[in-house]
Amino acid sequence: MAWEMVVGLEVHAQLLTDTKIFCGCSARFGAEPNSQVCPVCMGLPGALPVLNRKVVEYTLKVALATHCRVAPFSRFARKNYFYPDLPKGYQISQYELPILEHGWLEVTGADGGAKRIGITRIHMEEDAGKLLHPETPGADYSLVDLNRACVPLIEIVSEPDIRSPKEAAEYVRRLREILVYLGVCDGNMNEGSLRVDANVSVRPKGETRLGTRTEIKNLNSFKFLEQALAYEAERQIDLLETGGEVVQETRLFDTQKGITLSMRSKEEAHDYRYFPDPDLPPVVIDPAWIERVQADLPELPDDKRRRFQDEHGLPAQDADLLCQSRDLADYFEAAVRLHHNPKAVANWIMGYVLRELNKEGAPPITEAPVTPEHLAGMLDLVRKGEISTNIAKTVFDEMWATGKPPEVVVEEKGLRQITDTSAIEALVDEVLARNPKEVEAYRAGKTKLLGFFVGQVMRATKGKADPQAVNRLVREKLGAGP
Amino acid sequence: MDLVGRTIRELRAFLDRGEVTSEDLVRAYLDRIEGWNPRINAYITVTAELALEMARAADRRIRSGQAGPLTGIPVGLKDLLITEGVRTTCGSRILEGFVPPYDGTVVARLRQAGAVFLGKLNMDEFAMGSSNETSAFGPVRNPWDPERVPGGSSGGSAAAVAAGLAAAALGSDTGGSIRQPAALCGVVGLKPTYGRVSRYGLVAFASSLDQIGPLTADVADAGWVLEAIAGHDPLDSTSIDRPVPALRDLQPEVRGLRVGVPREYFIEGLDPEVEAAVRRAVGVLEDLGAEVREVSLPHTGYAVATYYLIAPAEASSNLARYDGVKYGLRVAGEDLIDTYRKTRAAGFGPEVKRRIMLGTYALSAGYYDAYYLKAQKVRARVAEDFRRAFQQVDVIACPTTPTPAFRLGEKVDDPLQMYLNDIFTIPANLAGLPGINVPCGFTAQGLPMGFQLLAGPFEEEILLRAAYAYEQAAGIKRPKPALG
Repeated sequence: MAWEMVVGLEVHAQLLTDTKIFCGCSARFGAEPNSQVCPVCMGLPGALPVLNRKVVEYTLKVALATHCRVAPFSRFARKNYFYPDLPKGYQISQYELPILEHGWLEVTGADGGAKRIGITRIHMEEDAGKLLHPETPGADYSLVDLNRACVPLIEIVSEPDIRSPKEAAEYVRRLREILVYLGVCDGNMNEGSLRVDANVSVRPKGETRLGTRTEIKNLNSFKFLEQALAYEAERQIDLLETGGEVVQETRLFDTQKGITLSMRSKEEAHDYRYFPDPDLPPVVIDPAWIERVQADLPELPDDKRRRFQDEHGLPAQDADLLCQSRDLADYFEAAVRLHHNPKAVANWIMGYVLRELNKEGAPPITEAPVTPEHLAGMLDLVRKGEISTNIAKTVFDEMWATGKPPEVVVEEKGLRQITDTSAIEALVDEVLARNPKEVEAYRAGKTKLLGFFVGQVMRATKGKADPQAVNRLVREKLGAGP
Repeated sequence: MDLVGRTIRELRAFLDRGEVTSEDLVRAYLDRIEGWNPRINAYITVTAELALEMARAADRRIRSGQAGPLTGIPVGLKDLLITEGVRTTCGSRILEGFVPPYDGTVVARLRQAGAVFLGKLNMDEFAMGSSNETSAFGPVRNPWDPERVPGGSSGGSAAAVAAGLAAAALGSDTGGSIRQPAALCGVVGLKPTYGRVSRYGLVAFASSLDQIGPLTADVADAGWVLEAIAGHDPLDSTSIDRPVPALRDLQPEVRGLRVGVPREYFIEGLDPEVEAAVRRAVGVLEDLGAEVREVSLPHTGYAVATYYLIAPAEASSNLARYDGVKYGLRVAGEDLIDTYRKTRAAGFGPEVKRRIMLGTYALSAGYYDAYYLKAQKVRARVAEDFRRAFQQVDVIACPTTPTPAFRLGEKVDDPLQMYLNDIFTIPANLAGLPGINVPCGFTAQGLPMGFQLLAGPFEEEILLRAAYAYEQAAGIKRPKPALG
C-alpha cells in the first residue's frame, strides 16, 4: 500500500526584545545564572506581570509577514503545571483567544511549484527557566537558572499540510528566514532561539481522514527534524502494516541512535487547566498600530528574491542564495550600487566571499574584511583593464587578509596590468630568443607551443601583462619570423 | 495624655503641634502591644526596632516641616503585604522563613508617606477564612470577647485597631475579608473599587477579587489612609489610571442622596438585633435628608456559590508557586514529585488544601465549562444587578454580616456555615465595587455590629461621605473594649 505522511509543526521562536515579556529584566542570552531576574520573573509572592509592548509589536510584524489575521481582542491564559524551572507553577501563554490566526507561508512543493502551508495560529507566551544538572557523578540535586524565565516567545502552529521531511525542513527554513529578516528572532537553533515540535501521522494515499498522531519534541536542527520525521513515519507505517496501532503519545528523538522513543502517553498527558490570567487585561489591538508596523516592515525574502530576478536580472538560483539573509542581500546591493554588473558581483560573492566566510566558520557577512565598496572597487579595476581577472583573485585574497582597499593593494604589490605594448614586445623578443628550438618546432607546425611562450612572458611579468595582448604579440612575432 | 485609641487626625494634631513625638507614640503602642498581644494574638511579627527607627526618621521630617498626613502615624500591616526585609508569612507555614527582597507598592507608598510600621498582622491562612482560625500562628481573639472570633481574614487588622494596638491597619478583601472582621470588631473597614489600589506586593489569593483597603477607628481616618495608598500603578496591569479624589476633607452631607435597600439582603438567618441596627442606621440617613428606597439585586442568592468556584480556581493557580523549590518551607522527599507532595502537605492547612482541591477540580478538563465558565457568567449577572441598581440609587445600605461575632470553634468544622458569613460582602467583590463597614451599635451582650454601604465603581467619595454623615449624626460612642 502507498502511504502518505502528514505533519504539522509547532515552532517556538524567542523574540529579540531587549527586555522580558512581563518584566524589565534583560532578555539577553548567556549571562551569569540568575543575574537577570527580579520578583516578577522569579515568581515571588505578590509580584505581577506587565506586558511588554515591544513583544506585541514584534508579533504584529510576524502577522504581516505570514498573512495572519490579527485578533482585535486576545487574552493571556495560565497553563498550570509543576516543574522546578517554572517559578510560578504556571506559564503565561495564550489559549482560547490567540493574537494571530489563519496565516500561511509558501514553500517549494514536491513538484517544484509553490505550495502553501497553512498557519493555524501564533500566540505569545513566556519561556521557562533552565535546569542545570551538576556534572559530579551521583550529585543528588539540580540548580535552576531563571535568566530565561519570562523571556518572550511566540509559538507558531502550522496546519497539518506538510507531506515530507524535506517539506518540513523547507517550511522551518522559510519561517526562520522571515523571522530573522524581520529582526524579531536570531534564528539560532543551537542556543534554542528556535525550537521545533512535530505532530506526525500517516495514512494510506488517497485517504482524507487523519491517522493517529504522535508528537516529537525538541527537534533542534534541520538534520534532526528530517531524520526524526523519516524515522517516525516509517515506524508508524511498519506498525500499521503488521497489524499494529499507532498510540497517541509524546515522543523524543534520540539523536545518537536516530530513532524516536516514547516519552509519555496520552493518559499521562498533563491537564493544564488553562484559564484566562486575571492579572492581565485583554490585549486590544488598534488598527492604526498595525498600519504603523506595516509601514516599518522590511522587504521580505520572497519579495526580495523576485526583485533580484526582475531588477538585477539574476537567475533564480542566485537570487535564492543571495536572499537567504538580509545582510547578504544588503551586501550584494551595496556592491551593485557601485559596480553596475549584478551578475559579476553575484559570482564574486557566491564564489569568493562566501567561500572565505565558510572557511572561518561562517560568521555573518557584516564581519567580512572585504567590504561591498572594496569588492565593487576591485571589479571596477578589472573592468577598466587595470588588473586582469586572474590578478583580481590575488587582490581579493590580499584585501581579505589585510582589509585594505583594492587601489592600495594594487599599488603596494605592484599588480597593475602592463598595457604598454612596447614593453611586452621586448619581453616577447627575449623569450623567443631564449628558446630557439621551441620557435623552430612551432614554425614546423607544433602550434600547441603558443601557450608555452605566453606562459613564459606572463611569468616574466609576474602575471601583470594583459594576457590577450601577450597572446596577440607572440602570435605576430612567430608568424612574422623566417 | 492617653495616646492609644486615638484617631489619625488626633494624633496628627499632637504631632504637628509638637506635643508628642512619633517616637513617644510608637513606644506607647509597643507597650500596649506587649501587654495585650499575648491575649489577642493580633500580630504575627512585631518590628519594634524598625518601628522606633522609622519613628525617629518621621520626627526629623516633622521637625523640618516636611510631614505628610501619615508621617509618624503607627500602623499595622496584614501579613500578606510584601515588606522588604521583614518576614511575610501569609498566615501559613509554607512561607516559613520567607523574607521578601522587595516592598509592595502600597507598602512603599506608606513608607514614603512616613507612616511607621509596627509589625505584621495575623490573618487566616492565605486570606482563606472568616474567623481567623485558619492561621498557622493561632487564632486572633476578639477584643470585645476573647472567647469569640474577630472575623477574617483580616482578623488581626480589625482586632488591632479595635484594641488600640495600631492607629490604623491595612487589610485585604477578597470576599469580605476587610468588612466582615471590621463589623465583628466594631471598626471601620473599607474595600475600594477593584483597580483603585495596586495589588503589586499583595500575596495573591484570588487575583480578580483581591483588593487592599484600610481598617480604621472611624470613617474619616479611612479616607486619609485610602488617599495615601490609592492610585494607578504601572506595576499592576489591573490598576486603573484614574485620579484619586480628595478624601481627607469629607462633608457630612447626604441631602438628596438616594439610598437603596436591597430586599434580597434581609433574609432568614439574619440576626434580629443586627437587622434592627441596620434598619436604624438607614433611618438615620433618611433623617439626614437621604431618599431611601427599596432596590432588588435578584442574583444575590447565587453569589456565594459563584465565589466559591472563582476564588478557589484562581487560588489553585496562585498557590502553585509554593512548591519548596525557591523559598519558604521545603520537606525533602524521595524525588521531585515526592518533595512537592510532602512540602505542600506539611505547609498548607486544611482550609487552604480544601480550596486548592475545589479550584483544581473546577478548572479541570471536562468540568471547566460547567463550573468555572458558568460561574463567570453568573458573576456578570451579579455585576449587572448592581449596574441597574446604581442607575436608581447612589449608595446601597445593607447588613455587613448576618450575625455578630461567633464563638471560637463554633463554625470551624462546618465550612458551609463559615462560608455563609460572607453572604452580604461577596457580591461587591464579584462586581468589583467599593464597600465599607460602619459600626452601628452593640448587641445586648455588648458585641459590636456594623452595617455596610456599597457604591458604584470609583465612587469612594460618595461612599465615605454617606458613611461619615451617618457616623457624625449617629454619635455612636466608641467605648474601648475592656480586654478581658
